[in-house]
Amino acid sequence: MSMLGLYGKRLLPQFIALAIILGLVSIAFPGFFNLQIQNGRLYGSLIDILNRGAPVALLAIGMTVVIATKGIDLSVGAVMAICGAVAASTITAGYSLPATLLITVGVGLLCGLWNGILVAILDIQPIIATLVLMVAGRGIAQMVTNGAILTFNDEGLIFIGSGSLFGLPMPVVIWITAGILVALLVRRTALGMLIEAVGVNRRASTLSGVSTPVLLIAAYVLSGLCASVAGIIAAADIRGADANNAGLWLELDAILAVVIGGTSLLGGRFSIAASLLGAMIIQSINTGILLSGFPPEFNLIIKAAIIVFILVLQSPKLQGTLAFLSRSNSTPKPAESKAK
Amino acid sequence: MKFMKALSCATVLAGCVFSSASAADMTVGFSQIGSESGWRAAETTVTKQEAEKRGIDLKFADAQQKQENQIKALRSFIAQGVDAIFVAPVVATGWDEVLGEAKDASIPVILLDRTVDADKSLYMTAVTSDLVHEGNVAGKWLVDTTAGKPCNVVELQGTTGSSPAIDRKKGFEEALKGHDNLKIVRSQTGDFTRTKGKEVMESFLKAENGGKNICALYAHNDDMAVGAIQAIKEAGLKPGKDILVVSIDAVPDIFKAMAAGEANATVELTPNMAGPAFDALAAFKKDGKEPPKWIQTESKLYTQADDPQKVYDAKKGLGY
Repeated sequence: MSMLGLYGKRLLPQFIALAIILGLVSIAFPGFFNLQIQNGRLYGSLIDILNRGAPVALLAIGMTVVIATKGIDLSVGAVMAICGAVAASTITAGYSLPATLLITVGVGLLCGLWNGILVAILDIQPIIATLVLMVAGRGIAQMVTNGAILTFNDEGLIFIGSGSLFGLPMPVVIWITAGILVALLVRRTALGMLIEAVGVNRRASTLSGVSTPVLLIAAYVLSGLCASVAGIIAAADIRGADANNAGLWLELDAILAVVIGGTSLLGGRFSIAASLLGAMIIQSINTGILLSGFPPEFNLIIKAAIIVFILVLQSPKLQGTLAFLSRSNSTPKPAESKAK
Repeated sequence: MKFMKALSCATVLAGCVFSSASAADMTVGFSQIGSESGWRAAETTVTKQEAEKRGIDLKFADAQQKQENQIKALRSFIAQGVDAIFVAPVVATGWDEVLGEAKDASIPVILLDRTVDADKSLYMTAVTSDLVHEGNVAGKWLVDTTAGKPCNVVELQGTTGSSPAIDRKKGFEEALKGHDNLKIVRSQTGDFTRTKGKEVMESFLKAENGGKNICALYAHNDDMAVGAIQAIKEAGLKPGKDILVVSIDAVPDIFKAMAAGEANATVELTPNMAGPAFDALAAFKKDGKEPPKWIQTESKLYTQADDPQKVYDAKKGLGY
């Protein structure tokens, strides 16, 4: 089987789930697939899904790599809030756009480094190590903004959130580029395999010469980097840093995107593309619910029901049973035919 | 000193007009919830300003969202023998005991912004806004502005199940009752945040023929309205003209939008809960007049005609 065919087979469940959801939404809302050009960029519900899903997609990239090392990063939502706050306060303090971006991304890298050191050097369990920053991060963000929504008017920074490039909104361009870059980095080098090795058996990898601490720290730093870009996008989108709400609960959506993408929380094999599809599945559900016009009380129930359905479809137990049933249907058992 | 205080309390209790405590030499303890929102920070600032204006010595305690801190602060105020206690309760239950202690010490307690599930005799009065009334004021403005012309309204609700969301929806719908020209065509939660307000408005615009079917937006708070205004602009429409925008809270940023002609009206949730409370307290100390158990703050309507730029400049420094 060709490389592409293998890849297609790996992503098939996610593509089917996405197609089903998009189909369902288009039944509830007929104009769903309409696309038009407005203000020099594509405009329509599908573009909204790509655009609104940008923060979760970016977080999912970093989260996939972290989860592949058998870790988890709960702090990404809080890091988004910190980085949004840092971006807003540096740009309002009069720094130039490149300086602002550098400082903000630097803060994101530092947050990742902190998590990485706790996990790799001090050997604290990832869920606890990153919980520290998850709790403290929002407080740090509030300290940066003094508890208020810090607004800014810098056109360059706003462009990152609501500008467009090649007819696509900037956030979409950013997450697709980031996804391709990271996927190439881990798949065109041995890095991906080393990460999987650490996730499957950290001790064995260390003994066979993989420099585990460096890889682990790099994974969390990548996650911090992704979170900082997501934070910049979220702040630029509303032209302000909302320390209380930016990235709130998005760490859970990012983990969910990775899981829907079929990467196991126990570490090992991973797929960036599948996680990105997972992020788009989640956003399609969100946007679909908004378009369908259900009362808001149903939002979370509908979302949960669809996600349970997707996860059940992916469950190895169910797939095993289905495979068994289809086999026993096509070839009747000799024992049964004898009894008749 | 203690004896004097006890004496003055006793005289007040006896209903005697004689009292040594005038507003100027009062000490008031204020237990604030924390600073979880810009509005809360503004309330703290305004309370301090109001106390200073009246020459009242305000003892401020930040509870950082924890009831146990508030109870501790209240006990410490009682021990210090303050003249009155203001408290913005973080939760509704569990206050009976500490309020009883304040009552035993004859220290009047005034609740700010929120109420508690406790016997009404345990506190002097509660100063709060009426959430239903706020929605009503917003609805009335829309009824008056559209003046019988047909108008499709979209609604951005607050966090599902929260009391501001329920009550502001209820009040708005009451105001629209009997005006068949106004129809709420879509209603969805935006969780009181700018991001969700923008995202939900984007979907409203798509769902209602690119926004051509929408004539007005009602948002349960200003932040969602600010987010929605950006979504309207990005869809190539003019907020404030193509789509009327009315919201609640009156935070500074909505005045900036109003000054730019992008928002039309907002209903103020005043951060000045302490002013009426100080007045009630002063009246009580002066001639023993018990205020009613509920003092409703004014829900003032601001429109583009109210010099939004000036209001913005005045509000900006309050810590919103």
